[in-house]
Amino acid sequence: MSKTKTKSGSFLSRETKRNLIAYSFIAPNFIGFCVFTLIPIIFAFALAFMKWDGSNPIQWAGFSNFTRLTDDIFFKAALKNTIIYCLGTVPLTMIASLALAIVLNQKVKGRGIFRTLSFFPYVASLVAITSVWKMLFHPSKGPVNNILFNVFHVPQENLPQWFSGGLVLFSMILFSVWKYMGYYMVIYLAGLQGISSELYEAAGLDGANTWQKFRYITWPQLSSTTFFVVVMLTINCFKVYDIAIMLAGGGSGELTTSATVLVYYIYQKAFIDWDLGYSSAVAMVLFLLVLVVTIIQFRGQAKRDKA
Amino acid sequence: MKSAHKKAVAGKICVYIILILLALVMIIPFLWMLSASIKSDREVFQMNPFVWIPENPKWSNYKEIWTKIPFATFVGNTVYLTIVVTALQLLTSSFAAYSFAKLEFKHKNGLFLAYIATIAMPWQVYMVPQFIMMRKMGLNDKLLAIICLQAFSAFGVFMMKQFYEGIPDDLCEAARIDGMSEYRIYAKIMLPLSKPALSTLTIFTFVTTWNDYLGPLIYLKSQEKKTIQLGLKMFISQYSSDYGLIMAGSVLSLIPVLLMFLFLQKYFVEGVASTGLKG
Repeated sequence: MSKTKTKSGSFLSRETKRNLIAYSFIAPNFIGFCVFTLIPIIFAFALAFMKWDGSNPIQWAGFSNFTRLTDDIFFKAALKNTIIYCLGTVPLTMIASLALAIVLNQKVKGRGIFRTLSFFPYVASLVAITSVWKMLFHPSKGPVNNILFNVFHVPQENLPQWFSGGLVLFSMILFSVWKYMGYYMVIYLAGLQGISSELYEAAGLDGANTWQKFRYITWPQLSSTTFFVVVMLTINCFKVYDIAIMLAGGGSGELTTSATVLVYYIYQKAFIDWDLGYSSAVAMVLFLLVLVVTIIQFRGQAKRDKA
Repeated sequence: MKSAHKKAVAGKICVYIILILLALVMIIPFLWMLSASIKSDREVFQMNPFVWIPENPKWSNYKEIWTKIPFATFVGNTVYLTIVVTALQLLTSSFAAYSFAKLEFKHKNGLFLAYIATIAMPWQVYMVPQFIMMRKMGLNDKLLAIICLQAFSAFGVFMMKQFYEGIPDDLCEAARIDGMSEYRIYAKIMLPLSKPALSTLTIFTFVTTWNDYLGPLIYLKSQEKKTIQLGLKMFISQYSSDYGLIMAGSVLSLIPVLLMFLFLQKYFVEGVASTGLKG
């Protein structure tokens, strides 16, 4: 750092000196970022068009990895499950976090405690908290099914198998809503606090009821927050992996077609089958999904900025 | 007038009932975890009658978990990784962000674009080539790999830059006129002012690194390199019916994150609300 300074005094122009100082601030992060993020990203795009097992020479594969995708039933199942998971999780989390934010925005006692509590699931590690869920929803011994059996008299053979077959995606969605609503609640809370109280007072004078106040003031005023929340939620849902592995994974962490997701398939193809090119092709599908959502976000933002 | 008052009271009661129900939904899994961690495997699922605290609490679960698996090694690795990653992340990203927010220089926009372009790029898209590269560098099965992977996020730079831009330029200008070097302005003026942003970034990085599963799963193969998450998952699949022990391990794995969160949460809510990023 001091080297540039002493040198610059004699034969470096002011501008060069200024640039060097600025670069010295950026360098530590940027070098790490370049080596461990930027280069692998470029590599990932190239790899999708290659055939490689990680040790033998790389071969050019053209679009064959992508054509293989079209008749791969495991890939299709992974894509379908990921999208269903998104379609369930995004609206439910949004509604739950908005409702929670509205309730917590009232003047109520112990507001701070409630807010802290709703963050607990968000910071808790998945391994620990999913093992609790697996116990609570244990098909034969868990308290949830126990209540269904004893209180609601659901017959033994009809008790839901929460973590296998058709219900597994539903359980994953339920779990995600529980885990992440506290986080999005805070974003909504910030949005709610930005709405002028005069709007509500004026509506109150006009005799608007609670629902009308929500429908005609809160909801439209929160539109940009909602937009942001939905985009973030969608992108995060596409990346789902741990939740599936931990709620539905077998003993060695394998997933069946009813619970497989895109990231799991990327992982499996790369680190179990060592089919790196094909794995990267699946990764490109994930990238495209996220890209589409991001473009929609940018468009929406631009529209909003114009208005 | 009286009926309006009655209505308001009824509304308040409704709000409280909803809040209490929600709080229960949030907290019950944690209470169950605590309760099960001091029960024997037979007591865990006992429903009639269900008790939160068993007659003879099995505190030995908390002792046994340390000997049944190398829990201390896992804790050590995780603590080491979390501290190093968080420190590096805070240092390098606040450093870079200062330059992007407060200095003028050549290629500024181009360099920042590189960060912006990758911020929405899921790590899962490039985790495979990244692994291949790190293996080439000899980082496979090394804790250093996880440090390299977590410490230089675009998100940290972006978040800190957002925050610095809210600090008036006049402060830096005045310091420059007084002959302060840029490094001193960063250290003496900017850093002390950025507590909320630094706290938020600390929580995010701490929570992500502490709870990360897929990264360590890919890189850390040998037993003595594993993190708590990997170790706990391994224990769960090996001893799937030792419920009391699983819960004791889980409770232990949560304590540091919850403490960190409680300690910094005042800033966190502020920080999330103002930057609103990352999930």
